[in-house]
Amino acid sequence: MRALLAALAAVGMIAAAPTPILPDYPRVRPGVHLSFPTDHGAHPAFRTEWWYLTGWLRTADQRDLGFQVTVFRSRPAIDQRNPSAFTARQVLFAHAALSDPAVGRLLHDQRIARAGFGLAAAATGDTDLTLDGWTLKRGGDGRYRTHVAARDFTLDLTLSPTQPPLLQGQAGYSRKGPHPDQASYYYSVPHLAVTGAVLRGGKRVAVTGEAWLDREWSSTLLDPKAVGWDWAGLNLADGSAVTAFQVRDAQGQPLWAGGSFRRRDGTTQALGREAVTFTVQRRWRSPRTGTSYPVAQTLALKLAEGTRQWRLTPLFDDQELDSRPAGGPVYWEGAVSAPGARGYLELTGYLTPLAL
Amino acid sequence: MSADRGAGALARRWMIVGEWRARPGRVMLAALAIAVGVALGFAVHLVNRSALDEFGRAIQAVNGEADLQVHATAPVGFDEALYPKLARIPGVAVASPVVEVTARGPVGEPITLLGLDILRAGHATPSLVGERLGGAAFGGGDSPFDGDVIALSAAAQHALGARAESQITLTAGGRSASFRVSGTLPAVGEEQRLGVIDIAAAQWRFGGLGRLQRIDLRLAPGADRDAVEAAIHKALPADAELVTGQSAARRTDSLSRAYRVNLEMLAMVALLTGGFLVYSAQSLSVTLRRPQFALLRVLGLKRRALIGQLFVEGALVGLVGAGLGIGLGLALAALALRMFGGDLGGGYFSGARPQLAFAPVAAGVFLALGLAVALAGSILPALAAARAQPAVALKSAGDVVDPRHRPSARLALLLLAVAALAAFAPPVLELPLFGYGAIALLLAGGIVAMPWLARLLLTPLRRLPSPSPAVGLALERLWGAPGHAAIALCGIVASVSLMVAMAVMVSSFRGSVEDWLTQVLPSDLYLRILTPDATGLDPAAQARLAATPGVTGISYRKTLMLRLAPDRPAVALIASSADPGRTLPMLGAPKPIPPGATPVWLSEPMARLYGKHPGDTLQLPLAGQPAPVFVAGVWRDYSRQFGAIAIAGGDFTRLTGDATRGEAAIDLAPGVPSDRAATAIRAALPAALASEATVVRPKEIRAIALQLFDRSFAVTYALEAIAIVVGLTGVAATFSAQTLARAKEFGMLRHIGVKRRQIMLMLAVEGGLLGAVGVAAGLSLGVAMSQVLIHVVNPQSFHWTMETRLPWGLFASLAAALVVASAGTAVLAGRGATAGPAVRAVREDW
Repeated sequence: MRALLAALAAVGMIAAAPTPILPDYPRVRPGVHLSFPTDHGAHPAFRTEWWYLTGWLRTADQRDLGFQVTVFRSRPAIDQRNPSAFTARQVLFAHAALSDPAVGRLLHDQRIARAGFGLAAAATGDTDLTLDGWTLKRGGDGRYRTHVAARDFTLDLTLSPTQPPLLQGQAGYSRKGPHPDQASYYYSVPHLAVTGAVLRGGKRVAVTGEAWLDREWSSTLLDPKAVGWDWAGLNLADGSAVTAFQVRDAQGQPLWAGGSFRRRDGTTQALGREAVTFTVQRRWRSPRTGTSYPVAQTLALKLAEGTRQWRLTPLFDDQELDSRPAGGPVYWEGAVSAPGARGYLELTGYLTPLAL
Repeated sequence: MSADRGAGALARRWMIVGEWRARPGRVMLAALAIAVGVALGFAVHLVNRSALDEFGRAIQAVNGEADLQVHATAPVGFDEALYPKLARIPGVAVASPVVEVTARGPVGEPITLLGLDILRAGHATPSLVGERLGGAAFGGGDSPFDGDVIALSAAAQHALGARAESQITLTAGGRSASFRVSGTLPAVGEEQRLGVIDIAAAQWRFGGLGRLQRIDLRLAPGADRDAVEAAIHKALPADAELVTGQSAARRTDSLSRAYRVNLEMLAMVALLTGGFLVYSAQSLSVTLRRPQFALLRVLGLKRRALIGQLFVEGALVGLVGAGLGIGLGLALAALALRMFGGDLGGGYFSGARPQLAFAPVAAGVFLALGLAVALAGSILPALAAARAQPAVALKSAGDVVDPRHRPSARLALLLLAVAALAAFAPPVLELPLFGYGAIALLLAGGIVAMPWLARLLLTPLRRLPSPSPAVGLALERLWGAPGHAAIALCGIVASVSLMVAMAVMVSSFRGSVEDWLTQVLPSDLYLRILTPDATGLDPAAQARLAATPGVTGISYRKTLMLRLAPDRPAVALIASSADPGRTLPMLGAPKPIPPGATPVWLSEPMARLYGKHPGDTLQLPLAGQPAPVFVAGVWRDYSRQFGAIAIAGGDFTRLTGDATRGEAAIDLAPGVPSDRAATAIRAALPAALASEATVVRPKEIRAIALQLFDRSFAVTYALEAIAIVVGLTGVAATFSAQTLARAKEFGMLRHIGVKRRQIMLMLAVEGGLLGAVGVAAGLSLGVAMSQVLIHVVNPQSFHWTMETRLPWGLFASLAAALVVASAGTAVLAGRGATAGPAVRAVREDW
């Protein structure tokens, strides 16, 4: 087989034109029906994709922790003819962070690898992610299990859905900018019931909690004028769920905004750019990077039943995440709460414009 | 008491300063001898150290800073399936797969091309990640995975003449690919020619799909290293091996250790010669001042104080000499690095031109050595001076030894016997330390034997009827004062014997190499494909070449490197279509090959390094699995110090499935001009290989090889020349001093009617005879030492043998030069000593 591949490669070298064959990324269009569990799995043809798990945990001694496990998949624009098993057809990047007010800053770690050799893989068909020993897998029972052994902590969590997936935008087609191509396929799974353990310093602490899974894939996500976005996902105490995001330009003005509100009874209102407003309450400047983040914001949504507001307060200020050592961005990703609501706030593009 | 001490100090100062003022030349010469020895030793040490540092940096640069490495045993690499296996071993934090090939630029300059997974290398070997390549590892910029970009080290950029963003074409294994220079490797040493591309591109572009040459491993913090190593060993296939930092360092070290040790030993020899010169200078000075010392003793100076006094003198000479030597050594090392490169011409560190690194500790050690040698040189004369009876010594500055007393050879014989024993001892830590010990003992024994030998050689001459009173006087004088003669002789003998030993060794080596070259290069033309790693001449191309007009015979070879032991350098495996058993210069009778066995023939270094003999079996890691082979014979090889294995081409193809060959030996029909044949052969080559092929005539190869040989021995020649000069100066100084000291004797002779001309003749005969005795003793001692070098030191450090060849021409000219020099200096000094009126010479007015 290998000899055949080598022979084919040799033929390819002689016959092929010198111009590389680059990947043909599919476009995101409205009207595509998301079907599960297939769409829980990877969509390797698209340029980027992510599985974004965030949530609040409570230890047996009633202390609150925030956690984040995110896996990104990327399809680099490289010559698709290379038959080598090392060809970076897919690259996986994962992040794990733990917010503990007693520590006062994020504990975090990351992994990055090109897919292959069973060491890094994002399976199609259902959620099954492996990256250098970190895993996130959806079982036949619909539960997600994640095992992440980071430098300063280990997460061993089981996340059980209590509600069906929430399709964002128009049945999962979510606009991210003025151009219709600037969009993603986007669904969320709010109100995931969490059980499991956090290991720190050799001590295993049992935790329970509530989490949120964001799933998104796209080939052209952001407008060229966009420098970053703010995003919030809140599990409300009554079982309803708030999703809100805004894409900002260099002046800090929203280029685009959107979100959704799913009520306790399951009815969902998709929110357009006029219906979502973020208002800065307080900024915090990172002593490490000098970046100023609006860590306390008021989120206002125009709903059918009237405008509702949540004053988002961070679990603690320093939840900045510097993933530059692995080639990632510097951003703020923190556990936030409002009366009757707990969730996560993501603030990107405040140091340098975000490139996806 | 304090007045006493004050007087003692005054006397000391007076004596030392007085002596030095009276004979500044002699003191300077002794100091200079020490300086030369220290300088040589220190310079060789500095150069070696700088070169090793550089070499170590080079290895480190290519390897990055991985904790552990798994290497392919052969350039074809191992199956990439090993990579995930190693990555999953608990305790392995990062496994970074590496493709490593030697690629050539458009003009043929070789660079090491590494194919890396930047995402892994960034953690395992960060210094190998290019400046710009590593910048945007994730996100919009896809450049880290781009197969068309290359990051080059400064040296590679320079060698390829590449600028940022320019396109360069690299060729390896008969394939070419073009890359855009998009990054630099700032963390790689300045001298390293290194290029880094994406691993997938490296596999694809250079035909190594599915293969890796290396995996760099970084261990998790707190991982149990032994457990991880054990787990790795279990996972390794036969064509890969684990290399730890330690074994890599050992390999680096063993590359040049023997050569380095030899050079340092040579420098030590120079230092030792310096020591003898100090001895001879101090002895003379002591002999001359015996009446002074006697007077001081009579005046109440204690024996111990006298010894201390002479010791201080020796120490001062040693200190001045050694200090001078350190400075001189530094300059010499800088010069040598500029002229010969870091290996002092040894050819071990290619390409790198290291920076000189001053070594304060080593400087201290060499300073101490110089001092020690000077002190050792003063101790015997000091003891002798202290032993002398003041009453006798007061009257004469004559020989310490009573002429009626026959010098004994017992101690000398004992030393020589121990030397012979030491020569048969095995190496220590793979170094011929006992061999060097034997040489030192031979030297010591020879020197101790000098008074006895001088008498032995002169006795028959003395019995001959004397042709003239001058000759008779000279003979009587030498016979009667063997102590004086021995002092003069020991410098000559030390330098001559060491010189002769080196000269015999080098000429034997060179002669053997020349013979060997003729034996191994019998054909008319040799063709070589420069990068035969992956491909070469396939059977079709081989048939086409054989059909070239004018070619009557052609045999093909393929050479690849196999690593048989993790801490030893790779050995060459040579597959040859000409029967190795008949075409190679075999040592001893070959073993009959048992039916069904695959025969191989080991080179002499290989057989010695791995302890294999004809009749043994060996496992060769070929094509991923060990293949048992039968050792049918051992052949002489000087070109691969770390071993070579010859195997029949057919057997190689059967074992590996590889029928391509990288080299060809071509016999031409009589009368066919070799350059025309070379052109025809080139034309018959496949187009992709033509640019990578060289066609050479054996005469050129021989010339190149001998040129390399001479280059690697350039330093040896230089050290020899210095030893000769030191020796001759020593002889001259000794004679002139001795002659000047005998002014009183000459005055006496003139009073009893001996003419000045006759005294001159007497001195010339004396000098000539001493020179002749010294040359005879030095030559025989040197030849004995050369046998230790040839049969003990060389086989033990380089694992090869040679046939002794005596450079008679050099012997003759050396003998003539020495005899003439000693006679000449004696006469010159005698002229000064007899210049004044005879009456003044005999007046006792000191």
